Amino acid sequence: MVSAVFHSPLDAANEARANASTPADKPKAVAAPAPARKARTPIDWRGIVLKVLPPLVGIAALIGIWALLTIKSSTFPTPLATFKEAVHLFSDPFYSNGPNDQGLGWNILFSLQRVAVGFGLAAVVGIPLGFMIGRFEFLSRMVSPLISLLRPVSPLAWLPIGLLVFKAANPAAIWTIFICSIWPMIINTAVGVQRVPTDYMNVAKVLNLSEWKILTSILFPAVLPYMLTGVRLAVGTAWLVIVAAEMLTGGVGIGFWVWDEWNNLNVANIIIAIFVIGIVGLVLEFALIKLATAFTFEEVKS
Amino acid sequence: MTDDSKYIEIHGVEQAFKTPKGRFVALRDVNLNVAKGEFVTLIGHSGCGKSTLLNLVAGLTTPTQGALLCANKEIKGPGPERAVVFQNHSLLPWLTCFENVYLAVERVFAGSENKAQLRARTDAALALVGLAPAAQKRPGEISGGMKQRVGIARALSMEPKVLLMDEPFGALDALTRARLQDELLAIVQKTRSTVIMVTHDVDEAVLLSDRIVMLTNGPAATIGEVLSVGIPRPRNRVDLAEDPAYVHARKAVIDFLYTRQAHVEKAAA
Repeated sequence: MVSAVFHSPLDAANEARANASTPADKPKAVAAPAPARKARTPIDWRGIVLKVLPPLVGIAALIGIWALLTIKSSTFPTPLATFKEAVHLFSDPFYSNGPNDQGLGWNILFSLQRVAVGFGLAAVVGIPLGFMIGRFEFLSRMVSPLISLLRPVSPLAWLPIGLLVFKAANPAAIWTIFICSIWPMIINTAVGVQRVPTDYMNVAKVLNLSEWKILTSILFPAVLPYMLTGVRLAVGTAWLVIVAAEMLTGGVGIGFWVWDEWNNLNVANIIIAIFVIGIVGLVLEFALIKLATAFTFEEVKS
Repeated sequence: MTDDSKYIEIHGVEQAFKTPKGRFVALRDVNLNVAKGEFVTLIGHSGCGKSTLLNLVAGLTTPTQGALLCANKEIKGPGPERAVVFQNHSLLPWLTCFENVYLAVERVFAGSENKAQLRARTDAALALVGLAPAAQKRPGEISGGMKQRVGIARALSMEPKVLLMDEPFGALDALTRARLQDELLAIVQKTRSTVIMVTHDVDEAVLLSDRIVMLTNGPAATIGEVLSVGIPRPRNRVDLAEDPAYVHARKAVIDFLYTRQAHVEKAAA
């Protein structure tokens, strides 16, 4: 983004210079475009530096402060110690020494799998429910007080219910993910359906389209951007919650791993886990933003 | 049998809306008959209920009093036999121009025709408004005038008995508007459709209509005057500029709008 902004005025200036020179000396007119094009090809170092430098400075500052604070500490590892530990950890992320000692890679994959199952079930239930709530006034009034009541409840409060019903830790964790990721999907889908421009609905009415055709040709594409926002929020929350849920339920997973390392008093590994959780969350978020922009139609109003 | 001089009948129609401040009467006591093949424009100041009346004929809203009939049948809801060209084109941005029109064609003719025929109809409708080359573009990639033409193509493709147009050229620049008006004149001449069009443009009304229905100022607007425009067709905008009948009709409408119905305009300003 930044590089583009800095790039274009330079370009324009170069082009203007090239154009200005052409009427003055005609023999050079043929050669003039060549230098102008050459001026465009060099890599825009300034733009790249401005784009890359600030994040690097930020990260360096974080590590610097961390290093300063931990110089005399015996309990909290220094950045260097953490880095050494990380290298050791990432050299073999997929080892398996029985159910309670598995590599970091396995732990993340297990967590992601729980999120995927819980979130997938929530999408399967929540998105159609959102459509129905948005489409039918009665249903909307019927369930909106329930949603308002249940939505602010911490997902972890649902964990005992899951344990009670499923009598096992893993389904209970999935249940917790399900319940926390269903709300943003229901609400965003319903709001999206309610905000479909009346113009589009009038088109549907004049054409007398069937409910199925309205759903597939008008509602679904119009609601998709809202829906994807809901999905993004849901994945974000799910990834937040899984760590806490796994701390309570145990088994293989990044949350349990963090708790396990705390019991071993291996603080370096906890710090590494925090970074890893952050990076995975970032990747999930980024992928969904990309997906959402691909399906957003800028031209909604002329 | 249907009486062709009363193809659309509007009988004592009143339209009121519930607002937080109480009942708001937008239209009252509207009586109008539109003949088959007639081109009628509704003109009046902003907020006088022109679009409200058009929506009633479209069946998008139901009147609080009175009745509307089309071909001797009560208008109970919207239907493809009364196609609407909306003020802001209302194309679906995720469909190409072709698909936007095809959606309408498919709805009306899918029962009786095969896919090739439906496609041919869609192509023909787009060709009619001169947009065959833009068929595979999405609304976001074409100009406002082109979008409006796709909207018209979509309405025409349904071969509606009645074409309802709500300020179809309102958002366009003067040159584009003039070209589309000429195109519309030619198309209507060809298809002999019954047209009801809402406009606030006096020249447009006189150029296109057989009759101009002038509405009084709202609230509780009603038909103030109906002017028959006795200018023979085909009409040419350049020749008309000095035609006494044109000048007379134009004067009559302006007189109605700016002399007799001017007070609310002042109050609003």
